[in-house]
Amino acid sequence: MSHPLSIVAVALVCLTTLVVGGFGLRLSRRTSDFYVAGRTVSPRLNASAIGGEYLSAASFLGVAGLIYGSGIDMLWLPVGYTLGYLVLLVMVAAPMRRSGAYTLPDFAEARLGSRAVRLVSSVLVVAIGWLYLVPQFQGAGLTLALVTGAPPWVGGFVVMVVIAAAVGAGGMRSITFVQAVQYWIKLTALAVPAFVLLLLWVRSGHPAPVVPPQWHAPLSPTGPGDHPWYRTASTVLALCLGTMGLPHVLVRYYTNPDGPGARRTTVTVIALLGVFYLLPPVYGALGRVVFPVLPGDVRGDSIVLRIPGELAPGLGGDLLTAMLAGGAFAAFLSTASGLAMSVTGVLDQELLRPQLARLTGGDSPGAGGFRLAAVLAVVLPYLLSRLIEPLGLATTVGLAFTVAASTFAPLIILGVWWRGLSVPGAMAGLVAGGLGTGLSLATTMARGDLGGWPGALLANPALWTVPLAFAAVVLVSLATPGRIPASTARVLVRLHTPERVTLARSRLRD
Amino acid sequence: MTAPPPERVRVTSSRRGAVTPGSRRPARDLDEQTELGDVYLAGLMRAQLRLSLAVLALTVVALVALPVVLSLMPATQSTTVLGIPFPWLALGVAVYPAAWVLARWYAGQSERLETDFTEVVEQP
Repeated sequence: MSHPLSIVAVALVCLTTLVVGGFGLRLSRRTSDFYVAGRTVSPRLNASAIGGEYLSAASFLGVAGLIYGSGIDMLWLPVGYTLGYLVLLVMVAAPMRRSGAYTLPDFAEARLGSRAVRLVSSVLVVAIGWLYLVPQFQGAGLTLALVTGAPPWVGGFVVMVVIAAAVGAGGMRSITFVQAVQYWIKLTALAVPAFVLLLLWVRSGHPAPVVPPQWHAPLSPTGPGDHPWYRTASTVLALCLGTMGLPHVLVRYYTNPDGPGARRTTVTVIALLGVFYLLPPVYGALGRVVFPVLPGDVRGDSIVLRIPGELAPGLGGDLLTAMLAGGAFAAFLSTASGLAMSVTGVLDQELLRPQLARLTGGDSPGAGGFRLAAVLAVVLPYLLSRLIEPLGLATTVGLAFTVAASTFAPLIILGVWWRGLSVPGAMAGLVAGGLGTGLSLATTMARGDLGGWPGALLANPALWTVPLAFAAVVLVSLATPGRIPASTARVLVRLHTPERVTLARSRLRD
Repeated sequence: MTAPPPERVRVTSSRRGAVTPGSRRPARDLDEQTELGDVYLAGLMRAQLRLSLAVLALTVVALVALPVVLSLMPATQSTTVLGIPFPWLALGVAVYPAAWVLARWYAGQSERLETDFTEVVEQP
């Protein structure tokens, strides 16, 4: 089916992103403008930007699709996505801002003074970023194919080109404006059709949703040998701890003016996410009303886009579908550009800048290298998204959270709160968590869900990989007290002392 | 013939400009990572961490309590409020304002700890 209105909506969203990005281009002058918007972003704007960046294809389409399929247990996903910010707020928000670092590898190096830990962190940032980018491209392909009949590679390609242009042109400042706008686009695009569809549903005599028997029952096994309590707990843990370890989330904290500003931003983020996540269950339930059984050729992820056509045939339905398609594209664009930004930053600093500096004989390559990195950051995951069979959107995003929770979360939490953290300890945590999650998830992707306990432990590894990573950090640190960095006390003073206390030496100037 | 040795001069200091131990701002100890500064920092970190862990503990208890109550008292699963089943309301709606209130409370408390700390270390 083809909806000209949907094409217009998608084009409008892409155009807005590019225009706002170009607006940032004129303001971006120094290198720090490109990275962290010159640190002049107010908490409210920053909170909208975080919300806009965070609400991805998984939240906009995936959660509703999963609720449609599996019912109440899937409500834990948006709960986990939101509580991730509560954990981030109480554990790391203010210290992260005070660390004065641009990226996660910067933080690792500032805290531990180790090039090796920095390098491993960089590899993980790129891995998590690419893992998270893949479902955005796939979601875009799915949406565009559904509303225009275009081949599946087109949607991802459009998203790739737009974000490479927006990130390469203006860097972070443009992205902050873009992201803030995107949150409100997404909320409107999901809320307005929800209200209209609910009204239509009431007017048509509010037929009850047709649901499978387990749909309403919390934590009910989907089959023999399923372990819903373990799986749910593991998923929620991964989402709660993974949020702080996502590269594109922490980068945003460096743009807050100070520590308390970072906290206030996070509180507002929780409110914005809470409002947004009221909506996916509405679509899940409405989906159950119009599609008692999922039609054979339809994926759960596209259920949101199909509801208006069924409830409101004709122009009205087309209009609502166009809104949803535009909102979905806003979701792909904003998350993908945030991720692309972080991956670009790491590629630029770790890979391209040293190489280019050698080529030019030590001259600073300036923004040229940054733009090259932006292209690199999006092309590879796009190719990957064409190669691997799409899992569900929310499932793939969950994998990225699991890796982040098992690697960066222990490093950041212990780095902020524990004096005894040693360099080998940090390294051991990154390696243990990275290998544990990497091998489990690779097995699951290659062999499918094995069922029973092996299946549960490998498909949802966070409940054992997170304790494993924490234990590795603590035990190895205790065994190597000689390798605790000498700068530990100075860095902790910087991380925890309020800004109003005048510190001549320990504070970084920025 | 040798010159007479120069007269002896007594070199002293009045110590009037010296800094007495009592007049140092603790902030300087913090800045220079003296042992005293370390005690101040440890105190701040302990207070902050205790507050953070309290928030996390409350969250975990609430999250665990919800499914436990739902499975131990099946009647709660079929209760409806305004036509919506209670479990859906609790997990799909009530969680969010609760998280926001908790977050706001934490941010306020944490800022108060910092204000108190600033007053202590900034006075001479």
